Amino acid sequence: MTSRPDTEHGTATTAPIEVDKRPLRRHQFNRALIQLACILISLFMVVPIYLITISAFSTRQGLNEFPQPLWPKNFSTETMATFLNSTGILAATLNSLTVGIGTLVLASLVGAPAGYAIARFAFRGKDPYQLFLLFTRALPIVVLSIPLAQVFLATGLYDQPIGVILLHTALSLPTTILITSSVFLSVPIDAEEAARIFGCTPVGAFLRVVLPLALPGIAASAIFTFVTSWNEVLGATILTFSNRTLPAQVLSTLGDSPVAFRFAGGLAMIIPSIIFIAIMRKYLLNMWGTTIR
Amino acid sequence: MADITIQNLVKVYPGGNERANDDVSLHVADGEFMVLLGPSGCGKTTLLRQIAGLELPTSGAIAIGGRDVTYMPVHQRNLSMVFQSYAVFPHRRVRANIGFGLAMRGMSKAEIDKKVDWAAELLQLTPYLDRFPAQLSGGQRQRVAVARAIVVDADVLLMDEPLSNLDALLRLSFRAELKQIVNQIGMTTVYVTHDQSEALSLGDRVAVMKNGRITQLDNPLRVYSHPANTFVGGFIGSPPMNFVDGVVHDGQIDIGGGSFRAPEGAEDGRYTVGVRAEAITLGDPADPHTVPAKVLVVEPLGSATLLTATVGEHSIKVQVPADTQVAAGDQVKLSVPPSAVRLFDLDSGEARTP
Repeated sequence: MTSRPDTEHGTATTAPIEVDKRPLRRHQFNRALIQLACILISLFMVVPIYLITISAFSTRQGLNEFPQPLWPKNFSTETMATFLNSTGILAATLNSLTVGIGTLVLASLVGAPAGYAIARFAFRGKDPYQLFLLFTRALPIVVLSIPLAQVFLATGLYDQPIGVILLHTALSLPTTILITSSVFLSVPIDAEEAARIFGCTPVGAFLRVVLPLALPGIAASAIFTFVTSWNEVLGATILTFSNRTLPAQVLSTLGDSPVAFRFAGGLAMIIPSIIFIAIMRKYLLNMWGTTIR
Repeated sequence: MADITIQNLVKVYPGGNERANDDVSLHVADGEFMVLLGPSGCGKTTLLRQIAGLELPTSGAIAIGGRDVTYMPVHQRNLSMVFQSYAVFPHRRVRANIGFGLAMRGMSKAEIDKKVDWAAELLQLTPYLDRFPAQLSGGQRQRVAVARAIVVDADVLLMDEPLSNLDALLRLSFRAELKQIVNQIGMTTVYVTHDQSEALSLGDRVAVMKNGRITQLDNPLRVYSHPANTFVGGFIGSPPMNFVDGVVHDGQIDIGGGSFRAPEGAEDGRYTVGVRAEAITLGDPADPHTVPAKVLVVEPLGSATLLTATVGEHSIKVQVPADTQVAAGDQVKLSVPPSAVRLFDLDSGEARTP
């Protein structure tokens, strides 16, 4: 500082600063635009679900009206009831749940340790391994499913939920491994080392410290696995004949069904994934009043 | 509690060629507070992690309390440790964090509670026992980490830069507290730091490390006043030791631009001459043994004033009392007491004790 301001006791005596409020207004305008975009994107997701829902709860006659009302005017559970009571739907729902949960458990049991290995250890061939993981997704499901169907027919796994579980596990392993490896990467290695210093075996340290800290992330990957399995239709259709999962069942029967029935089927497909996500969602949020660390 | 013996320890990281630890031998006595000091990359943390078992040595041996632990699994070594990043468990309450080591040792609930309460009291954590670490400040989290380390009846306490994540003021107050606590429990302690003031204030002995080797091992005052080489003299002290090239002849050191008395018994020859800033005083201009200098910069530090002065072509730091009247551009006379002068080999930088 060569020149000092003309001040008394260090307090400036100049006129009040004129504040230019234009940048502030621009900032507020941008914020409003972002809000608007969020609302539009949400509507894009929610409106079809809403329309399907009110259609599924309308009477058959109500569905033929034009224009359609935007609220359930002709409320009726008749269509839904008919759909749920029709042949194979309940069994297919149970099959889908079995397959979804089975896939979730198997993919987590196989995928999480692999993710841990990628996160924690430097090993030969780590990069090719990660690339190779994605190969299962590079092949079309049809290409995978037809040889699999033959193998399953030979081994007696065909038309069994376990066969579909194996296929879905194979399909979801890449994402499970990559998601869990980034989750384990975010668990501080110091905490794991501290556990070992204070007397934990490597496995003990994993179970007592790493796993609890990684649980929210593992839950997130589990949601993803479940929803993927729930929605997968092609492989499930090829690998089953009578023990269909819900999407496979709906696909094979709805084509010949009346419109009301299709809406009921659509709603039945959506609801379990929404409920599952709602339940698992809390694991995504802070479990101990904080994110990790 | 136990002593630690390290013999000819060598560590080469996989994929690396350099020795992170190069033939390190060290004995830490039972109950001693040993500080490993050095710049980053000198191998001090590697050495600590090998004692802990978190890294395995390439060759050499480590024994704790006479028991070989060189390749023993971490959890069997009966250690405790404080980490730089605290490494408290975010998903456990403070009480469970402190009692973690005790629970792992299979202690009864009542006994754990008793010891946890004792440690919490000692570290002023009693009001926070039922909180999660995320609800604590950084300083409190580090207290939890220290409490967790001292409740267990471990052979050795290891500390890896435990104060470096705290802010300056907290670091200073916690340092004194830490020294008191460790003195009280009398545990054998190995403490890693790159902060020389921490090393000097805490250690019974300080091992100064450079390039994977221990370059000087001595008590703190000795390390400060009699550095084994120019590296130690330059690393320890704030400001670091002044080094100038000089020629000793007839009991006089000529540094070009002035000369002063050499320490007794110094042999004639060329040396690197080292003097601490606070050993130099502004002398009487009539004294023939003073060195003429020109003041370049005056930095008041509050407790003292730091001068940067030029003697011939050398730049020298001088620390004078805070009330000294001196301004930039002044011509002064520097008085260098012979007892404060250290001579180092011109090529190797090793101390040449007269």
